[in-house]
Amino acid sequence: METILGLDYPTLWFLVVGALFSGYGILDGFDLGAGAMHLFIKSDKNRRIALNAVGPVWDGNEVWLVIGGGTLFAGFPVFYATLFSAMYIPFMLFIFFIILRAISIEFRSKEQMKWWRNLWDFTYTLSSGMIAFLLGVVLGNILQGFPLDENYEAINPHLTMFLNPYAIIVGLTTLTLMMMHGAIYLSLKTEGKLFDHVVLMLEKCMIAFIIMYTIMSLYTLIFFPHLAERFKEYPVLFILPVLAVLSIANIPRLAKKQKYLSAFIFSSITFSLLLILVAVQLYPSLLIATNNPENTITIYNAAASQKSLGIMLTIAAIGTPLVLTYTFIVYRVFWGKVKLDEHSY
Amino acid sequence: MDVEILSRIQFAFTISFHYIYPPLSIGIGLMLVISEGMFLKTHNKKYEVLTRFWTKIFALTFGIGVATGIVMEFEFGTNWATYSRYVGDIFGSALAAEGIFAFALESSFLGILLFGWNKVSPKVHFISTLGVFLGSMFSAIWIVVANSWQQTPAGYHIVGEGMMAKAEITDFWEMVFNPSSVERILHVWVGAFLAGAFLYISVHAYYLVRDRHQEISKTGIKLGLIAATVFSIVQLFLGHLSADGVAKNQPAKLAAFEGHYHTEDPADLYLFGWVDQENKEVYGLKVPGGLSLLLYQTFDGKVTGLDKFAVEDQPSQINAIFQFYHLMVGIGMLLIGLSLLGSFLLWRKQLFNHKWLLWIFVFAVILPQLANQFGWFAAEMGRQPWVVYGLLRTSDALSKAVQADQVLFSLIMFSLIYSLLLVLFIYLLNKKIKHGPEDAHLIDHRPHQQGINNFFTKD
Repeated sequence: METILGLDYPTLWFLVVGALFSGYGILDGFDLGAGAMHLFIKSDKNRRIALNAVGPVWDGNEVWLVIGGGTLFAGFPVFYATLFSAMYIPFMLFIFFIILRAISIEFRSKEQMKWWRNLWDFTYTLSSGMIAFLLGVVLGNILQGFPLDENYEAINPHLTMFLNPYAIIVGLTTLTLMMMHGAIYLSLKTEGKLFDHVVLMLEKCMIAFIIMYTIMSLYTLIFFPHLAERFKEYPVLFILPVLAVLSIANIPRLAKKQKYLSAFIFSSITFSLLLILVAVQLYPSLLIATNNPENTITIYNAAASQKSLGIMLTIAAIGTPLVLTYTFIVYRVFWGKVKLDEHSY
Repeated sequence: MDVEILSRIQFAFTISFHYIYPPLSIGIGLMLVISEGMFLKTHNKKYEVLTRFWTKIFALTFGIGVATGIVMEFEFGTNWATYSRYVGDIFGSALAAEGIFAFALESSFLGILLFGWNKVSPKVHFISTLGVFLGSMFSAIWIVVANSWQQTPAGYHIVGEGMMAKAEITDFWEMVFNPSSVERILHVWVGAFLAGAFLYISVHAYYLVRDRHQEISKTGIKLGLIAATVFSIVQLFLGHLSADGVAKNQPAKLAAFEGHYHTEDPADLYLFGWVDQENKEVYGLKVPGGLSLLLYQTFDGKVTGLDKFAVEDQPSQINAIFQFYHLMVGIGMLLIGLSLLGSFLLWRKQLFNHKWLLWIFVFAVILPQLANQFGWFAAEMGRQPWVVYGLLRTSDALSKAVQADQVLFSLIMFSLIYSLLLVLFIYLLNKKIKHGPEDAHLIDHRPHQQGINNFFTKD
């Protein structure tokens, strides 16, 4: 098998996909989180400011989902096919809320009536929150695994299979993480009374996230000890959960000192560290067959061919700097506190 | 109903709906680049007014295009898992290239296009517009490459057997430039340009018959008609090129397009007709030897009919394919006629006196949309019963793990949310058109800087 720097192609692509989903979590994470707390912001003007804080960038952020999905499909088609068909209902709901959210953002500002704006504020909050939650639900199901047959097809997944206690706990964890992340972002983009309110919301979100993160960690250790085995094997990896906890603990500290940009950087780092933890727990598996270990989907039996992965690594090597440049330019242009003008939502 | 029918209905429904918007984005994007380019060149305010106005409509079509596009990407995995495993090696790399090279470009700069008027200099704004337009063109390239590979697979080999069989890439460029890619990309691009140009003409024709925004709309119609005339004629040749390709690479599909049951020399061409599938006959108006003439530029020449294919390898809906194909061609001719007539009257400075023709242009917006849809139907139905031509049957491409009740649930959900989306689109489009372009004096000064130090603000 061909390698670069001692890493084989499937492993490299696993890293690429991980990096993209990490980027997606950080970027769409804050606009989803900001959306999920939208209803808790009072007054129309303040809601407009909050909406316009994500206005110019949410669409670009969603690109990372499309690219992440595309690279997952391209790199690990077997995993993509199995996961998406087994998780049919959550993915369909996910799409439903993605569309509803786009509608809410576009529709809200088009009429002045109070009931109208309240209606779209409600659907915007609901859909943003549900997207954040469903991402966690799918992640929770990946971490647990489910029964697979010898063709790597899920065995008889029914309508509500995806809803289980662990998936719900992971879902609430991603929701609260994104809300905390979104609140920090809003604190960077707002001023005056709205800013004071955002800071209060941020405190609540931090508490909620830390509670959910603790519950999730304990639940994982008690019910899914296999996810911790890698750490017993390589104790040096214990540095990762320690770093994650330090990074999380740093967020309230920085928020208290009103260093919101640093806090945002650390909530972004938290996203990445948590995903790295997931990656370390799984690797080289992608989806554990709970009925028969032989049917487990790994990065090797799910990967596209060496040739295809090689081509795509080239594409990624050319494309990634471009994408990062665009992202940088856009954020640079819209840097600073939100000012409403005639182009605003 | 079974999973296959439900999944096929769902895919057909979601992709047809999606295919309304990206062509509009590409087409309007081209008009934006033209009008903003004219503004930079001439500094005439009317071009900026036009650009700003159409930016708002562009945003609408782009937003819905993105939302409905994510659906397609997901459906490959959710509904067509066997297909995804089979083609992942090839289809995946095209999809990934689309995301990285095209989608990121267009979506990132969309923010500046929409919200950046007061934040960046006119030149940087124009570059952003150009970036969004080029991004949408690149998107079309990769998506059509992926689809064309399904029509005319190339640059691959098959490994594994039965359920585990899959196509693996052997030559990336051979896959990209498979026998039908280039002609189909050009055909789709120009179809998109026409969709945009005719929407452009429609809105400005509406203003003219309603006596509103006269100055702007006369310029708008001029730009739109030039584009429509050039591209409707170009499309005639590109359409011919595509049909030639189909005859060469997918003879069963061509036979279905033309309702051509029996291999003949010379072969007749039906201008319109009705296919009697039971008796394998076509009734209608035909040009003797016409099909041979089109394909070989001479009145004789053998054209393969459906009789050369096993029944299980023939598309089943011959009449529908025949009608969709003929409607597409017919509408294409109509578009040429309308564009030439409009341009002629414009040249004679009489267009604005002919309200009846302006009214026709108001409603002609539907024509390129129909042609795009019908062409797509013909292309996709004509490929049946294969999802990957000659390699994988549609009936084998399904997700084995998905049950009918799940697909029914999602189908109902899509019907609801897409109805809402369509109402939204029409409502917002109508509102933006009713509101009309801003008066030039309102946008007279771009308030530069706004107290933000920004290195993109310099002229």
